[in-house]
Amino acid sequence: MNADIIPARTPAEIFLARAFDASKTVLPGNTDVAKWREASLKAFNASGLPHRRIEAWHYTDLRTLMRDALPLATAPVAATIDALRKEFAAAGALARRLVLVDGFFVPELSGGLPEGLKVRSLASVLTEGRPDLIALLSSQDLAAQDSIVSLNAALMQDGVVIEVAPGTAIAEPVNLIHVTASPAPAANFSRSALIIGAGASLRLAESMHVASRAETVRAGQANACLIVSLDNGAKLAHTAMVTGTAPGSVRLETVMVRIGARAKFDSFALVAGIGLVRRQMFVRFEGAESETSLSGVSLLGGREHADTTLLVEHMAPGCVSRETFKYILDEAATGVFQGKIHVAPGAQKTDGKMLCKAMLLSDMAAMNNKPELEIFADDVACGHGATCGGLDLDQLFYLQTRGLPFAQAEALLLEAFAGELVDGIGHEGLIKAYRREVSAWLVARHGQRAAPCAVIT
Amino acid sequence: MLEVKNLNVSVGGRKILDDLDLTVRDGEVAALMGPNGSGKSTLSHVIAGRKDYIVETGDVLLNGENILNLEPDVRAAKGLFLAFQYPTEIPGVATVTFLKAAFNAQRKHRGQEELSTPDFMKRVKASAKRLEITQDMLKRALNAGFSGGEKKRMEILQMALLEPSFAILDETDSGLDIDALRVVADGVNALRSPSRGFLIITHYQRVLDHVVPDTVHVMAQGRIVRSGGKELAVELEKSGYRDYSAEPAVA
Repeated sequence: MNADIIPARTPAEIFLARAFDASKTVLPGNTDVAKWREASLKAFNASGLPHRRIEAWHYTDLRTLMRDALPLATAPVAATIDALRKEFAAAGALARRLVLVDGFFVPELSGGLPEGLKVRSLASVLTEGRPDLIALLSSQDLAAQDSIVSLNAALMQDGVVIEVAPGTAIAEPVNLIHVTASPAPAANFSRSALIIGAGASLRLAESMHVASRAETVRAGQANACLIVSLDNGAKLAHTAMVTGTAPGSVRLETVMVRIGARAKFDSFALVAGIGLVRRQMFVRFEGAESETSLSGVSLLGGREHADTTLLVEHMAPGCVSRETFKYILDEAATGVFQGKIHVAPGAQKTDGKMLCKAMLLSDMAAMNNKPELEIFADDVACGHGATCGGLDLDQLFYLQTRGLPFAQAEALLLEAFAGELVDGIGHEGLIKAYRREVSAWLVARHGQRAAPCAVIT
Repeated sequence: MLEVKNLNVSVGGRKILDDLDLTVRDGEVAALMGPNGSGKSTLSHVIAGRKDYIVETGDVLLNGENILNLEPDVRAAKGLFLAFQYPTEIPGVATVTFLKAAFNAQRKHRGQEELSTPDFMKRVKASAKRLEITQDMLKRALNAGFSGGEKKRMEILQMALLEPSFAILDETDSGLDIDALRVVADGVNALRSPSRGFLIITHYQRVLDHVVPDTVHVMAQGRIVRSGGKELAVELEKSGYRDYSAEPAVA
């Protein structure tokens, strides 16, 4: 239950309200958008930053964890874009890319997009005020009353609106790259939308990039919303690599997905090497016989905190949902998994299965695991499970007797644990890239620690 | 050569191995037999380096070196191999990936160069063929969903690849049908050499028809109570372990 209390405003909350007042005249949008922003800020001010008495935020008390807010990011200057262009060229950056720099869409860095894809910046959509797109962008009822989503609506600076024409099939990934380039720590608020027409399909690969000149100041704050609409028979395969930020950073991601009939939405996320990450996904089946698979791996050490919170609403009959998440927690890291499958009356023949497995490698690490089912239909097959444990000692011993030192045996088992979900991505290039990230994390982890396999002689 | 001297081992305050002495020389195949609960598997796990047991006193020498304080992987690199009674299933780790990691980890420990993938694959394929292990099995996750026979053959494949100086086979014969037993026994016989010792733990004489031992030891209540030649196994097959199940008889 949510307790109705109105606590004193924190410095961060006061700062955010002031930032809105100072920038509302320059934030993009027509008068209707301005009204929407005002209403959103009012909603945010009424509840403030989410805290432990808000059930959905119980384990990620943002009031405590985000004491201070940072100034709003500014659009990248020409020199920054130029430097990034060279950086991308030198690194052989991904083709078919859309680039957001500090939350601002930069068409000059984007390109190679396939036919059938229409891309606009959020700022231009808000300014033009096309009613259908505005309606979609502002339909945040899926995340009812979430103050972070309200805050995003109040302060959204830019983002990208992607439309895939009906019937278009795009198999190779379109990359959405979030670049941190701000020379000083800043807060960016982006909102993007993905509209996939009937029978169309898209693979969207989100990743993060830290500009080399921003390397020392990447402890920024990001509040990103992605709104997805899948028309009947549409397919979206989505991956997100949430890496590369630093201790002290805060990343809040909200994904809101509406799924039509006979449509398919798959999403995988890797969270590694971060400060604080909250990913919340709200998925609603609005048409019959659709499918979703949500999965993710979080690799955490230090005092990192990663929260995945899901709400999957089966509003239509015959839909299948799979939610599978894994956490590896080392040192004093905290993991949070909250998943709820809601089956509405009439959503018969729903098939829902949720599983979260956490591997704790340290006595100081903590996992908060809360799967839930809420079922109002009588002919459904739903289940959930949650496990927390350490490595299997029999498996470790077996590998050691074959000559693998403890650290290597452990890494092999952890890689297998995480790899199972990575292999489900269904695209060879992406699987390789994600496997590399997992291995890199495991290697870095052993680099930091004294070898536990030291030979006693 | 393996020498177990005056070994006393307990777990949870219960004594499992009691002043155990056992020597198996290079080139020797020793069979270790005995009733359930006599401590045979414990002995194999203590030698391999399992930490769940408390070694109170005693020594285990591999080729003259005391190995009791060494980690299991170091013991392996020094030439020890244990074929498990119940090989552990490791989902998510492809068998061939594991084999290469183990093979190269041992070489690395011994200061040898790691083998390239093609060279390594050549070795694997040669051994796998002899043991009737298919390519498909090598691609599958290690032991995951393998039948009993497949698991045991995989243990022998690992032994063949790792070329230990001393191998312990913990009830490798149990759960095998006659054909699988022959394949496994042939695999073991192929590895017999004057420089390699074997300790074959078994309940049954049957496997010893295929892998003929030089010596047979009977274990009961945590110690060796009788030793003899291969005819001892035949005798046990007839008389059973009844004589050894109560207080240890005087050998």
